[in-house]
Amino acid sequence: MSVIADIVIVVLLLLGAGFALIGSLGLVRLPSTMERLHGPTKATTLGLGALLVASVVYFRARFGVWTAHEALISLFLFITAPISANMIAKVHLHRLRTGAISEPDSIAGPPPRPGGDGEWATFEAPRRDTPASTANS
Amino acid sequence: MRHVLPHPALSAMLLIVWLLMANSITIGGVVLGGAFALILPKFTQPFWPDRPRMRFGRHFLGYLAIVLLDIVVANFQVAWLILFRRSRDLRARWLVVPIDLTTPEAITMLAGTISLTPGTVSADVSADGRFLLVHALDVADEAAEVARIKRRYEARLHRIFA
Repeated sequence: MSVIADIVIVVLLLLGAGFALIGSLGLVRLPSTMERLHGPTKATTLGLGALLVASVVYFRARFGVWTAHEALISLFLFITAPISANMIAKVHLHRLRTGAISEPDSIAGPPPRPGGDGEWATFEAPRRDTPASTANS
Repeated sequence: MRHVLPHPALSAMLLIVWLLMANSITIGGVVLGGAFALILPKFTQPFWPDRPRMRFGRHFLGYLAIVLLDIVVANFQVAWLILFRRSRDLRARWLVVPIDLTTPEAITMLAGTISLTPGTVSADVSADGRFLLVHALDVADEAAEVARIKRRYEARLHRIFA
């Protein structure tokens, strides 16, 4: 394995580990749940990306093969990360509304209501024949 | 054609993902992946009754490029905020983004994009599907941020889901 490949792998590993660390740090130090969600959904995406590229380079340099599993992992990550963040946010909104938790540390304050006469889909079932509903026709 | 391949994009994706999982292109792999690509869309047809037409052309590739670029930028921005901004100086805000997209698929794409890109997480959609609730980690001007989301992502999604 060439020295250049080694250096590239080390740099990518350190970059990935660094971003993962910063994301986790955000989880600890940001003041309230919604702000904390920003750490894991973003700062870790690039961290994991760098680790996966390092893995591709390693297998190419060490065994002379191109691997494709890393592309799949990033695809699945891009699909699942926003959905899990959305689920956490919805549960959080619900607990705020029912008074199960209060958030004195929140910077943004309580969530606003949508325009018009409606509510957020967490509190009201999606209405038929609107883009929020998948049960049309 | 519609009868054999009710969902060509799903078929193509199944075949590609299958070959990526096998990590090699062999005749057996292509045959098995091709069989899944033919059978699965047929069996899952009831799950997507009136799916919109998507165009996988220039606009779609341009959208992917912009989102990937924004994800990289977003990572550095959020890392900077986490490391060097004191909590009491953080201007976290709720944004209500009015949406003009008319299909659940397009709105899901927009919400997913918002969650992956600079300092914003989408939290909820309104029951009538006309507004998105977005939490932003640090914004100076709320109206400008909403306008940016609409111009940068929603306008492009309009062209993809035309």
